[in-house]
Amino acid sequence: MTWIRRHLLALAALVVLVYMLIPNVIVAVYSFNDPVGRYNYTWERFSTDAWAHPCGAQGICEALGLSLRIGLTASLVATALGTMIAFALGRYRFRGRAATNLLIFMPMATPEVVMGSSLLTLFLMMGIPAGGRAILIAHIMFCVSFVVVAVKARVATLDPRLEEAAADLGATPLQTFLRVTLPLAAPGIAAGALLAFSLSFDDYIITNFNASPSSITFPMYVWGASQRGTPVQVNVIGTLMFLAALVCVIAGQVLSSRRQKAA
Amino acid sequence: MTAGAATAGGGPTLTGPATRRPVRRGRWIPYALLAPGLLWLAVFFVAPMVTLGSQSLQEGNVDEGYAFTGNVGIYGDALRRYWPQLLRSLGYAATATVLTLLLAYPLAYFIAQKAGRWKNILLVLVIAPFFTSFLIRTLAWRTILSDTGPVTELAQRTGFTTVLQAVGLTNNDTLLASKFAVICGLTYNFLPFMILPLYASLERLDSRLVEAAGDLYASPWQAFRRVTWPLSLPGVVAGTLLTFIPSAGDYINSRLLGNTQTVMIGQVIDSQFLRVLDYPLAAALSFVLLIMIVTLVAFYVRRAGTEELV
Repeated sequence: MTWIRRHLLALAALVVLVYMLIPNVIVAVYSFNDPVGRYNYTWERFSTDAWAHPCGAQGICEALGLSLRIGLTASLVATALGTMIAFALGRYRFRGRAATNLLIFMPMATPEVVMGSSLLTLFLMMGIPAGGRAILIAHIMFCVSFVVVAVKARVATLDPRLEEAAADLGATPLQTFLRVTLPLAAPGIAAGALLAFSLSFDDYIITNFNASPSSITFPMYVWGASQRGTPVQVNVIGTLMFLAALVCVIAGQVLSSRRQKAA
Repeated sequence: MTAGAATAGGGPTLTGPATRRPVRRGRWIPYALLAPGLLWLAVFFVAPMVTLGSQSLQEGNVDEGYAFTGNVGIYGDALRRYWPQLLRSLGYAATATVLTLLLAYPLAYFIAQKAGRWKNILLVLVIAPFFTSFLIRTLAWRTILSDTGPVTELAQRTGFTTVLQAVGLTNNDTLLASKFAVICGLTYNFLPFMILPLYASLERLDSRLVEAAGDLYASPWQAFRRVTWPLSLPGVVAGTLLTFIPSAGDYINSRLLGNTQTVMIGQVIDSQFLRVLDYPLAAALSFVLLIMIVTLVAFYVRRAGTEELV
């Protein structure tokens, strides 16, 4: 009975995992398709054309480049801002803590369409033109909260006695921070930065409200393509992103397990 | 395993890290750390909510500009015209959230408690798909559910499409462009948001507590109902919020997988803002959606009793 139950659970888990992975398999398989019409929805014949010319579809690599630039900048700034907030929340007692927590929580509890449209009204009133700069401001805004959550989780598990020990051994507060606190918090900061990058890179709804025709990000390109006809290159880049993420995550796991063994 | 040993061993895991002593080094430091980030949020999150509210109470048009007239009637107008889309969005989001919870729980439980050395690999498999643009993955569902594809054929042969049509989830004997496809897409898209918080709280669950429940003659169902489920509640609350909120405002799934009868409120806001250019109406709709969600979330969090979400 226990045997059946345990395998029932494993089976259920497997079915859900397959449900999660099937679209990625389809994206990868159809990157080798040679579609007849404008849409890449039905299988025709095997071809590696799209892989040979990943930038072959007009505008696709410009869009990808813009998304990478915005994603890197937004995650860098959001990680700096969010890490500072996380340290303040995790390391200090101060007045206004509850209000700070609320302000951090609210952007995560607000639908994207509300954030996007409200920013549009702000930018309209302030006279900030839609485009790359507006998108960057918006992305930093919605990434900060997620960085705070990721870093705070890590800071909360740190043993404050390690910092006290460093101070007892004559380290200045700055030295303690740079040589003890920061390295210990690094995995949380890295996780926050990665999360921020992926949120920014993948955002369509908020971006769409603040973009101009000259600032087409990759998700916007894909959206446009889905209306007019999807080039196979979209699947190639989707597959590359999946592989890059896989490598990143596996590298992170290997690094952290090695560190645990060393410690 | 006795209950005594479980309490002794499980003590620290249940109470979390020991309470830290507050570190005091200069009272201004926390404020200096908070200032830049909170300022950013104040200017680009709070201030836009004010301008959004203000925009909804203005009258005019894009070419001649807007003037504040305090036209509260716009809210009545917005609700009268778009209540079906509002209710539909909340309904779809609620359905998708329940489905996500049902699907995510076994997987999260398996990874957290039973996977052993496969744990890390399974976690990678849960996180990695998340990094392929969700638009591309949603488009892939068009291929999977396409009218001529094997999935639709199987559903037709087994009579599944007839059942779906009977309960009104589809309009004909195909799967795509229907309520069914939209809810499937929402469920799929937000699964990782449910799995990860669930995993985080189930991983902390001490399996000896479940064993102890068994030793005390609880049936497996009772052990789940009285031990596992209550201890996983923080994860359930966080996961349902992270799934419900974005899916209520989402319109990608209803645009790509639905039809004209599955239009969600996000789609209306988007087209009113960016195509019809009726800013006051769009702002009013945005505000209504925000208030509805904040109210629902506040009630839910109070009932679920988990205050420490951040």
